[in-house]
Amino acid sequence: MTGTGPPVAAVRKAAGRLVTLGPGFGFLTVFLLVPLALVLSYTVFRRGRFGGVVHEPTGENFTRLADPLYLDVVFGSVKLAVITTLLALLLGYPTAYMIAKLPAKWKVIALVAVVLPFWTNFLIRTYAWIVLLNSEGMLNSGLKALGLGPVELLYTDGAIVAGLLYAYLPLMILPLYSAIERLDPSLREASANLGARPARTFWSVTLPLSLPGVLTGCVFVFVPSLGNFVIPELLGGGRRIMVGNLIRDQFLKARDWPFGSVLALAVIAVLVLLLFAQAWAARRAGRDA
Amino acid sequence: MRDRSARLGWLRLPFWLTYLFLYAPIAVLVIMSFNRAKTPYTWGGFSLDWYGRLAENDSIRGGLVNTLIVAFGATVLSTVLGTLLAVGLARYTRSRLLDALSTLPAILPDLVLAIGLLVFYTAVKMTLGLHSVLIAHTVFGMAFVSAVVRARLSHMDTSLEEASRDLGATPITTFFTVTLPTLAPGVLAGALLAFTLSLDEFVIAFFTAAPSEPTLPIVIYSMVRFGVTPEINALATLLLAVSFTVVIVAQRMTRLTEALK
Repeated sequence: MTGTGPPVAAVRKAAGRLVTLGPGFGFLTVFLLVPLALVLSYTVFRRGRFGGVVHEPTGENFTRLADPLYLDVVFGSVKLAVITTLLALLLGYPTAYMIAKLPAKWKVIALVAVVLPFWTNFLIRTYAWIVLLNSEGMLNSGLKALGLGPVELLYTDGAIVAGLLYAYLPLMILPLYSAIERLDPSLREASANLGARPARTFWSVTLPLSLPGVLTGCVFVFVPSLGNFVIPELLGGGRRIMVGNLIRDQFLKARDWPFGSVLALAVIAVLVLLLFAQAWAARRAGRDA
Repeated sequence: MRDRSARLGWLRLPFWLTYLFLYAPIAVLVIMSFNRAKTPYTWGGFSLDWYGRLAENDSIRGGLVNTLIVAFGATVLSTVLGTLLAVGLARYTRSRLLDALSTLPAILPDLVLAIGLLVFYTAVKMTLGLHSVLIAHTVFGMAFVSAVVRARLSHMDTSLEEASRDLGATPITTFFTVTLPTLAPGVLAGALLAFTLSLDEFVIAFFTAAPSEPTLPIVIYSMVRFGVTPEINALATLLLAVSFTVVIVAQRMTRLTEALK
């Protein structure tokens, strides 16, 4: 190998690049980029009679979004997703804070315990709530014993929120934990030494510096909540249609693929917008620290 | 110290509430799976009947076989593609665009990937079946493998690879005798992640599977949709046992590899 000159090295480098990056990006191009490009292109065509599209350009798929019928769905699902996200933050922040303060050994156990339910089948986790909330279920038996029930718990917006919160709470706790864990304790100590009370230290030091984690957690909970169609169907009993249900129905029932594509594009737009907000907050927090 | 823990005292309430919220529903399912009573809401004594029923349920068994085929195939494919991608991204390019593309499937909402692939399969007139689910699961599986392997690569000492090259080893020999063994724990962790994600995946499978060949989550979905069957409690308990074991074993394994480092 003593004769290895620059041209050989350059050839090797090119070969290495082709062998390592070629198969993966080839696969992603065919099975990710092309499908996404197709969905994007479908937004401007007329619907086909049995799914698919007719290649006649039209803008009406976008104008249909403004139909009050669909606006209701959008606002309704945004409302439920926001409530879910706020509840996850309310429950998740103190939990993540507490975990970050635990001794190292307990920290690992507490974190694994947060993630563990997440590794069990999503449908089974949702089903558990049917069992809990059913009119003859656990919670209602308890309420009946207290003379308060039975109350209709299943097939309500509350049931949907409970199911969404249950499905995505770990996604809130993990980024919060890593943001709080990374905080420099000397900043809090400095604040305390300068006479700030714990509450003030929290509001003016801890919370602002953990804001990127808060936003990451919120994106991780909000976006999948918006796109979920299983929980509204199983726990909401199909009474509440969310954006996810609407998209599913356009593709599998109504066979209106162009309108379904517009809805999917809207979800992606929300995701991108939120990710930009998160990146902006992370840069700001980095500058302040 | 006492003073600080006392100040954190009120945090205990949401802390324990979180764990109660996470585990109470699971505990109810497990207890109910041993319940003799037909209605899943009252206690009729201890029994293993539902586990027996479960073993006789053909659609669940068929779904399980399909799921395992898809998960194994997608794991192998994701691991090979994802590992190569991670090495390539770390060693052969600085492109941020390619970097972003490699993580896109992990960030993209599952529903969007699902409709994208359904549209694509229809456009190229590909028949749906286990292969179409396998491909779909590889798309996001490889993103996770590549992310995990890259995390491992960023901690890796490049001097070993350089030494191997200086001693005259070809890039291929260096890859198989130096790079890959050092990356092995990351590759294994990534493969385990891809496997577990595929086992559990419902939304994408729901769009890309043939109705005649449903995966286990699709079978569960149709059972849950048409009412409560106590067999699901038994199935839930078994699946819980499997995923808990996998997660705990993975946790132990990473601790072991860290100890060996």
